[in-house]
Parts: sequence; C-alpha cells; structure tokens
Amino acid sequence: MLVISCIKQVPDTTQVKIDPVTNTLIREGIPFIMNPYDTHALEESLRLRDEYGVRSVALSMGPPNAEATLRKACAVGVDDAILISDRCFGGADTLATSCALSAAIERLSQDDNLAIVFCGKQTIDGDTAQVGPGIASRLSLHQLTLVDRIEHLDLDQRTIQVRRKLEGRYEIVEAPLPVMITVVREINQPRYPTVPMRLAAEEIEVKTWDNSVLKLDVETVGLKGSPTWVSKIFSPDRDQGEIIGDGVTDPEGTAQLLIDKLLSKDLLAV
Amino acid sequence: MSINQTIYIPLFAVSVLFFCYSCYQRLQLISLGTSENRTDRAGARFAKMLTYAFAQKRVVQRPFGLNHSLLFWAFLLLALANGEFLLEGLFPSVSLALLPTPLHYGLAYVFDAVSLLTLACVTIAFARRLFFAPDYLGNEYSSPRSGEALLILGMIASLMIAFFMLHGAQIALGEAAASRPISALFGKVFASLSVASLESVALASWWVHAVVLLVFMNVLPRSKHMHILTAIPNTYLCSLEQPNTQLREIFEKGQRFGVGAVEHFSWKDLLDSLTCTECGRCQDVCPAHITGKPLNPRRIVHDIKVNLMANGPTLKDGFSGELPMIAEEQGEGTSSEEALWSCTTCGACVNVCPVLIEQMPKIVKMRRHLVQERAEFPEELLTFFENAEQRSNPWGMAPADRGKWSSLLGERPFSVDKTEYLFFVGCAGAFDTRAKQVSVAVATIMDQAGITWGMFGKEEVCCGDSLRRLGNEYVFDKMAKANVEMFIEKGVSKIVTACPHCFSTLKNDYRQYGLELEVIHHTELIEKLIQDGKLKLPRNAELGKTIFHDSCYLGRHNDTYNAPRNVIKAATGNAPAEFGRSRENGFCCGAGGGRMWMEELTGERINRNRVSEALEQKPDTLCVSCPYCMTMMEDGLKDLGNEQVQVKDVAEVVAEALMPKQ
Repeated sequence: MLVISCIKQVPDTTQVKIDPVTNTLIREGIPFIMNPYDTHALEESLRLRDEYGVRSVALSMGPPNAEATLRKACAVGVDDAILISDRCFGGADTLATSCALSAAIERLSQDDNLAIVFCGKQTIDGDTAQVGPGIASRLSLHQLTLVDRIEHLDLDQRTIQVRRKLEGRYEIVEAPLPVMITVVREINQPRYPTVPMRLAAEEIEVKTWDNSVLKLDVETVGLKGSPTWVSKIFSPDRDQGEIIGDGVTDPEGTAQLLIDKLLSKDLLAV
Repeated sequence: MSINQTIYIPLFAVSVLFFCYSCYQRLQLISLGTSENRTDRAGARFAKMLTYAFAQKRVVQRPFGLNHSLLFWAFLLLALANGEFLLEGLFPSVSLALLPTPLHYGLAYVFDAVSLLTLACVTIAFARRLFFAPDYLGNEYSSPRSGEALLILGMIASLMIAFFMLHGAQIALGEAAASRPISALFGKVFASLSVASLESVALASWWVHAVVLLVFMNVLPRSKHMHILTAIPNTYLCSLEQPNTQLREIFEKGQRFGVGAVEHFSWKDLLDSLTCTECGRCQDVCPAHITGKPLNPRRIVHDIKVNLMANGPTLKDGFSGELPMIAEEQGEGTSSEEALWSCTTCGACVNVCPVLIEQMPKIVKMRRHLVQERAEFPEELLTFFENAEQRSNPWGMAPADRGKWSSLLGERPFSVDKTEYLFFVGCAGAFDTRAKQVSVAVATIMDQAGITWGMFGKEEVCCGDSLRRLGNEYVFDKMAKANVEMFIEKGVSKIVTACPHCFSTLKNDYRQYGLELEVIHHTELIEKLIQDGKLKLPRNAELGKTIFHDSCYLGRHNDTYNAPRNVIKAATGNAPAEFGRSRENGFCCGAGGGRMWMEELTGERINRNRVSEALEQKPDTLCVSCPYCMTMMEDGLKDLGNEQVQVKDVAEVVAEALMPKQ
C-alpha cells in the first residue's frame, strides 16, 4: 500500500521582498525551505506509515537543487524520495505541474497499490491551492481538501473518513480510496529529524525522474503546457498613515480617538 | 591485655578483602563510562585538590561546614591512630610506645584531644540532623537518607567512646602511662573497679573499637560515605574549564549523540555520582528546584548512581541495562524529561558543590540525547529550532532586517583596517524591541568614547548559545563553524557584545573551534573607558535607588561581578543595592539554558521569585546586563503589578548620564 506526499521547495517568503522599482521578487540570497503546509502532508504520510505499515514516498517537482528539500524528507524517514526535474518542465503553472506530478504518481502506483496522495493546502509562494485538486482531477482521485484530522482509515475496506476544517464549521466526509488529501497545519505536529537520520540522509540517493522516464508530450509540460502566465507582480500602494492624539500624556483620550476612527472607517463593529 | 588472634586475624583479613572487593566493584562500575582526559595539567589539578579537598574551601562557606572541616582533619589524624590500632591487633609488639617517648606522648596527647573534638563534632552533627535540620535536609527526598548518616555518625561516636574507655581502663590498670587527659578522666571513673573488671572493660572496648572500625570501613564504599574515599581524587580530576562548558561532539555516522543510558556518561560522570555525599547544597541553590520544578540537581546525580548500581551487573556482561536513565516519569534511578528541561544552566549547582561535582553538564548531555537521538522535546522548541536553523535567529525574523535597529546611526560596517571592534549585536540586540534600545545605547557610548567599531549587519548570524544549552549540538556545531569561518575571513580579533550569552559563547565555546578572540562584554568595556578617562560622564543619571541583578553567564560563568557595579556607581554617583542572593550566589532570571524559548508551567515562575527579592529593597531602577534578564525582569514586574520600578541595562544607565542636563 502506497502513500505519497507531494512537497515543494519554496523561497522562505518571510524573507522575500519585492523590488519596488522592477516589481520583481528579490530572490538573491533567500534560502529555500520546504513549503510549511507540505511539512504537515509529509508528517501525515509518515504517521500512517508508522501506524499501518504503508510505504511513504515523497515526491517533488523542481530544479535540481530541490534535491535538498527531498533530503530533508529523507531525514525524517520517508521510504523513498523522487525528484521530477527536467529542463522541459521549467516554468510550469499549476496545470502543467499537476500533469507532471500525476504522471509520476501513476508510474509509482504501477508497482504498488495507491491509497492516498497528500498535499499541503497551498504553497506559500504561489498561494493558488490548485495543484492538489489538479492531481485529483487528472488521476480521478476523490479529493478531500482542508483536512485537519483523519477520523478513520480502513485499508481492507479501502475507505477513509476525514474532518475538513472550513470557515466556522467542520465537515466529516467519507470516501473510498484512493484519495487526494490537502492538509491544514492543525492536522499534526511535524517531527524533528534526529541526527543519525540527518547523517544517513546525506548519503541517500534521491532519484531524479526526467522526461525520458515520464515520457510526457512536451507540449503539455513546462512553460509550453502552461496556459497561465504572470504578467506583473507588484506591492499594492499603501496610504501613509497618520498619528492621532498623544499616547503619553493622554492615553485614554487617544484610545477613544482611535476607536472613533476605526468605527468611522467601518473597521470596528460595536 | 591479650587479643585472641585466632578470631582477630581472620576477621581482619575478611574485612580487608571485602573492602578491597567493594572498591574493585566500584572501580569496575566507573570503568563502564566513556573515556575523558582528566589527568592533564597536573599542577593545576593538584592546586584544586589542595584548595577544595584539603582546605575544604567550599565546605566552610556555609556556617556548619566548619564542623565538617574539623571532622575531616580529625579523621586524617586519627587515621594514624587507627592504623596503629589495627596493626597492634596483628602484631601486639607494634605500638606507639616504640617511638621515642616525647613523640609517643605527644601523639597520644593529640589523639586524645582530637578524639574529644571528634566526639563534639559528631554530637553537633547529630543534633543538626535531628533537631535543627536545614530545609534541604528535611524534605521528603532526603529524610529517608538521614538514617544512613545517623548510622555513620553513631559508628564514629562509638569509636571515640570505645577509644576513651580502652585507654581509661588501661590507665586505671597502670598499663598506660602516656599523657591522655581525656582517657585519664575515664580512668578516674573506672578507678573503683577491680583489676579483673578493668581488664574486661579494656578487652570489651578493644573489640568494640575493632569491630566498629572494620564494619565502618566496609560501610564506606557501599554508602553515600563513599565520598570519604572518592572526594579527594574527585577534586583532582575536576574539570579545569572555566566556565565548565559542553564538550564538542563529532558528527559522523555510527556515532552516538548525548547520553541516553548510564554507560554513555564519561567515567568521570560516574565517579561524580559515587562521590556525591547528598549534602543538598546544590538543590538549595537551584532556581528550578526552589520554584517547585521537578529538577533537583542532587537527584540527577543520585539517579545516575542508582542506575549504575542497578544496571552495572548486566552492563559488565555486555548487555544493556533494563532501568532507563531517562523516562517521562521520574523514578529511583531514572531522570524525568521534565526535570532535564527545567534546567536554566545557571551553574549555581556546579559552583556550590564542595567536591566539584558537575551536575549541569550531565543535564545537557542527556538533553543532547533527547534532541538528537529521539527528537523528543517540549513542542514549543520545534519553532525555536527551526527558526534558529533556517533564519539564524530565535524569532524567525527576516535575516535581512538584522541591521535595521541601527538605521539612525548610518552604515557601520566592520572592516579590519578601519574599525577596532566588531560589535556583535546578537539576536536580541537586533530584533527585540527593548534590547534594540540597549544596542543603541552601547553604540552611542562607543561613539562618545571615540572607539571605532563596525558590525556585520544582515550577515551576522546567531551565536548558537541556546541551541547548545538545549542539547541541539548538531545545529550549534554548524552555526559555530560558520561564525568562526566568518570571523577568520573578516579578520576579526576584538569583539564587543551586549549579551552575556553571545559573550560567553564567542569567548569560551568557540575556543573549541580553534578561535581565540578578545571578547569583551559592554559593561567591562564601559568600565575600562571610564577608568581610562575616555568616557566622561557630565552628570549623574537620576534613576533613584538602583539595584543590580547578576546575569549568570556574565557573573558565575565568567566571574565578572565588579564591572557592572562600578559602572553604575560612576554613572549614578551611588553603588547599586545588592540582592540577598548576589554575585556568586546570584539567582537566575529563568531564561538561561534555552528556557527563554520555553513555557514555564510548573511551580512558581523563576522571574517572579527574583523580582520579589528585588522589591524587598524598594528600588526605583532594577539594573541588568543581559537582554534575557531584561525581558524576565520586566515581565516579572508586570506580573506583580509593579511597573513603577523600571528596568534598565547598565548601558542605558550610562547613556542617561551622557545626556546634557535638561
């Protein structure tokens, strides 16, 4: 039985700034990290591996240096790590990305019985939340998004029941396997790698699959297979604020001024 | 008086053999530990031994210690008397009487007097345990162990009484003429007895003395009184590192990281555990213990000993022991995880132990195991570890913003040709709102004094102090290597820091990476600038009554006590008031050892305890020299609803004295 976690290497967006002149991301010197939501997808696959003895495989698409992120997955103990990387996959949008990932998942499920594909609910660089559902569509998997808890998993009956965390409510959903699940942070606490595992991970060979393995039509992948393209990235203009009152001499009066101001702008409800 | 040698000789032989066997067993247990070099620099070690074992420097630091010290010296002197006594049993012709008469009489006099002194000391010790035991001897953990102490005291008292009765009877019989004033008093009491009765008293006293002495000898290695045998070597084999920081680990495959089982400790750690007398001084100064956390440094050491005793036999056979060294719950011979995480690494325990046992380093060794081998730690540390590793600061702030605090000072890059000092700002100084104000004060003072300085700005990375104390040596190691490489590459040789944690780590821990730097804490630098007349303070800072709180990593770990006090005095015109617990006895703020990044849910909050102590003196300003202390003291004051007392770093006090009068 196979459980796959899809992880993406992203720039640490807390450190990314937009160049105000060129409106492009300043990526120079910015470290790459594993997309935080994906760390929870990875952890959930490892948890199921520990509990049910399923095989946990981490999958990522990216440039060759994305290998570093897969190595981190190795350090927390995935059974296998595969990097999908080829020049022709570069510049992919969410459609092309989900096509390539789907092809890899299909290939992995030839040798093993696929149970679940885990993805983070979204990435912190693209924020589209489309790749997970895209994979589900391409592979005709039942899609369970925004899951914060697996309520029940029966691998013999091949059913799963999960709780979805929606705005202001929860939803309990049941589906037959195989499924694609996107997870939210609340689902688990990712494990921390032990030093022996980190040292072992340094020597593990991360498999790289290029298009000679996946054999996809080059028109459907990378930039060519991407109907969306980004025309402009910019920081929205922000109005200069104002200083009201004097908090040092009159804190109460100033607080009242602030409340009135917020009420007048409809930013505060009584 | 003739001794029945057919009874005595076998008894003596069995006792000596059994004693040797017990010692051999203990040595075997100690040899289960890993290797560690503790025999270098013999001269320095010898000096330590003289100071701490023979002169009992720390023992006498507490009022009752004098009693122990007298017992110690009496014990050494009476060892001669007892040696003679045991030999006399084997070879009746061997006795003090063989010596020239003046020497014989002199020694007899001394032995008699010392025996009385011993009896007096033992009586005081008895009374202390029974009637006026200090808190740390009276708690539920140590009370059961008092039995053993009373047994030993009882044996020593019996020895002395038997000694007097033996010699008293002999004097009454006219067999002993030597000057023994106390025994002579006993002789007078016995004077009315018949010769036969006197002989019986002498013989009985001799046997009581002999049997108690042989039993005593055999109790030693099997009780906490093992320290009588191990304390002296333990002081010789102590750590010569000041401060006693953690040793490096080598990160290679197949290595073990930290201590997860008793046999992973070094042989010296195991010797420590067998040396502990359970005097309780360490628990009496431990901030975690005092505020009700499950950590007790004495138990840490005691549990190592119990674990070693329990697992020793199977370990000697080459199998692993059954009793766990670390578990969730504390048990006899097992330390609890919560106890290990409660340590602030303040070093008070290490600093107070009369026989130089190193409690705190053992805790860090076990933390290393938990973090590196098991990845088990309080969950709030996950964020800290990831922030430190990925963004090289504890808060996870953008590294690019590291230099922002100094935006009003203009560009101040470090350059080996143009700047004398590297100002290593530290994570708190660069990101913490309150500590940033201290950074500005330090910078202003250096500018005023005409010192040239620069900094790394966004290139600076965390020193790794908290990581190391928390046992995440792997990540600390990477940071230390990166920092050392950068210091070498940029030609840094003199560093000023505004944080005692950066200060101690750069100065002491990085030495293990082959880097000797001149690191100076800002309080020391300011003191020097004032002394040299480079920094003129035009007026007194008006901060009312000040009190100074010692940072553990500046004070106890690095022996810097006077600089901050002198600076406060120079800047305010008055010496700061002192806490009840100050200088070497300073009490931690609660944030050291990585506790800064952890919740404090059990017992009283350490900072509350410390702030309450400050408030007893009714200060207007609480002065600190560390950004962690700053946070803890400010929080503690808020917690107690006492925000009219302000907390100021020493640099801020000076900056105020620099400002022109309004």
